[in-house]
Amino acid sequence: MTPNPAMLEVRGLRQVFGGRTVLDLPEWTVARGEACLVLGPSGSGKSTLLNAIAGLATPTAGTVRVDGESMTDLAPAARDRLRARRIGLVLQTLHLIGVASVRDNLRLAQRLAGLPPDEARLAEVLEGLGIAALADAKARDLSVGEAQRVAIARAVVNRPPLLLADEPTSALDDASCALALDLLLAQARACGATLVVATHDQRVRERFDRRLDL
Amino acid sequence: MNLPRLALAYLAARPFATLLHVTMLALGTATLAFLLLFTHQAEERLAKDAKPVDLVVGAKGSPLQLILSTVFHVDVPTGNIGLDEAEALVAHPMVAAATPVALGDSFRGHRIVGTDASFLGLYDAKLAAGRDFSADMEAVVGSEVARRHGLAPGAKITGAHGLAQSGPAHDEHPYEVVGVLAPTGTVVDRLVLVSVSSVWHVHEHHGGAAPSPALAAPGGAMRPPSQGGRLEITALLVKYATPLAAAMLPRFVNATTAMQAASPAYESARLLDLVGVGVETLRWFALVMMASAVLSVLAALTAALQSRRYDLALLRTLGARPAALAGLVLAEGVTLLGAGVILGLALGHGAAHALGAWLAASGSFALTGLAWAPGEAMLVGGVAAAGIATCLVPAVQAYLSDPATLLAKR
Repeated sequence: MTPNPAMLEVRGLRQVFGGRTVLDLPEWTVARGEACLVLGPSGSGKSTLLNAIAGLATPTAGTVRVDGESMTDLAPAARDRLRARRIGLVLQTLHLIGVASVRDNLRLAQRLAGLPPDEARLAEVLEGLGIAALADAKARDLSVGEAQRVAIARAVVNRPPLLLADEPTSALDDASCALALDLLLAQARACGATLVVATHDQRVRERFDRRLDL
Repeated sequence: MNLPRLALAYLAARPFATLLHVTMLALGTATLAFLLLFTHQAEERLAKDAKPVDLVVGAKGSPLQLILSTVFHVDVPTGNIGLDEAEALVAHPMVAAATPVALGDSFRGHRIVGTDASFLGLYDAKLAAGRDFSADMEAVVGSEVARRHGLAPGAKITGAHGLAQSGPAHDEHPYEVVGVLAPTGTVVDRLVLVSVSSVWHVHEHHGGAAPSPALAAPGGAMRPPSQGGRLEITALLVKYATPLAAAMLPRFVNATTAMQAASPAYESARLLDLVGVGVETLRWFALVMMASAVLSVLAALTAALQSRRYDLALLRTLGARPAALAGLVLAEGVTLLGAGVILGLALGHGAAHALGAWLAASGSFALTGLAWAPGEAMLVGGVAAAGIATCLVPAVQAYLSDPATLLAKR
């Protein structure tokens, strides 16, 4: 059977909060392996879109299909499983579990996805992102730049076919912004993953194959 | 890393607070465990020592003092009773058996009891070495007395007046140890048993008198009166001939004789009631401590939940189910509870054992921490139930938390 060429399919997606429509996206498709930028000012619905794709929020209307499965039609438990197995998330806050080591942050991602422990994959990812030396450091002791790499490592450790990043560069200076984007794009390519980056940061607009303006 | 390990990591990340909560829980548990051990063993000990005796007949005075002195051997007697009156009572049809007790001296804090062979039968005491006393100035020692003072048949011991170790000694009247008793787990283990006539002999120069044939030393070793006067013993330990005697004999003694009758069972219960007020106060105090500790765990978990809401949201984004997050919070609380209860039980039992060792050194109550009190299972169950019920509040909050909302608030 030929795999669905679209990794992400959005149809008639609408999110209303308190009578105000914060997102209205009639149709949007992202192909397998594509790197797509969702660009828009604050409040334009970028995070809402990513939450709907990741199954963290239920939209008011519409459907989202991830890798051929309808995220919006799944029961909550199945949504959690689909997200854990097939979606890697890089959050704007780079949030890590501070009391755990870098290695344990990645192990948690493996375990919560229901995957067996894979120390070789952990080493590969840490090496690939240049943070192998930090493997045993507590996440709370990392610098912002180091935390950013760990957040990316955690998102890609399970080789998800879809990578979502919410404002990954907006708090960074130009050099760090470029580096973070390089790492994200390289890791997505290495995994063969589709990458969707939502940001209001105009500095990154030239780096993507496609762009969705909100 | 799994979620239980993560719960431990959260606790380890704030060691002082964790230690504080565990200590609070432990102190409450330890106090309750200690009280349970103490009251259970005291009740058991009193019941065991009092069980063989239905009624004590002694001099008028405090009935509790009479029981404490003649059954538990921890107080001075109320006085003496005339041997003639005692003998008359022995002949009463409601008396199945009567054991004389003549008190006055002690050996290094262990009471010397002038009695007869029936005393051993009361407590089912058996000889571990040697033989029973059969003549004046022969002594049979309890197992604890022998162990503590290294006594064996052939040893010589000297009594001192009263119960205190510093009382005037009767150096001129040494006893020869002729037998050592096997442990019974009763008061007998801490006594020195001699014939009644031996006690009289030692106290002859204090105005004591000779024994009578009916209640004197075994083997017919009678000592003739040397100074005349009334023959006395301290008390009679009576076994009823019929159940009806329990209602009639005490009344008969108290109403028609110069003696006093006291029931060991009743006085033991009264003693426990008296002590019980203090124990109950301590128990309530410990319960309040325990409730405070459990509430402190609730406060800790609620605060931790607040400071960790982004961690919980993150775990949801990684695929953790709401129930797993509730389990994470619950695991943290249960770890605190478990550590507190285990440490508390260890402290409670340790304190009981230490106190037992100290009391044993003075030949008193043999409290041990190497035993369980029946209420302890209920204590552990109660703490676990109250603690888990308390931890469920933040656990449900974690369960209901919405990751998208939490992440959006950041």
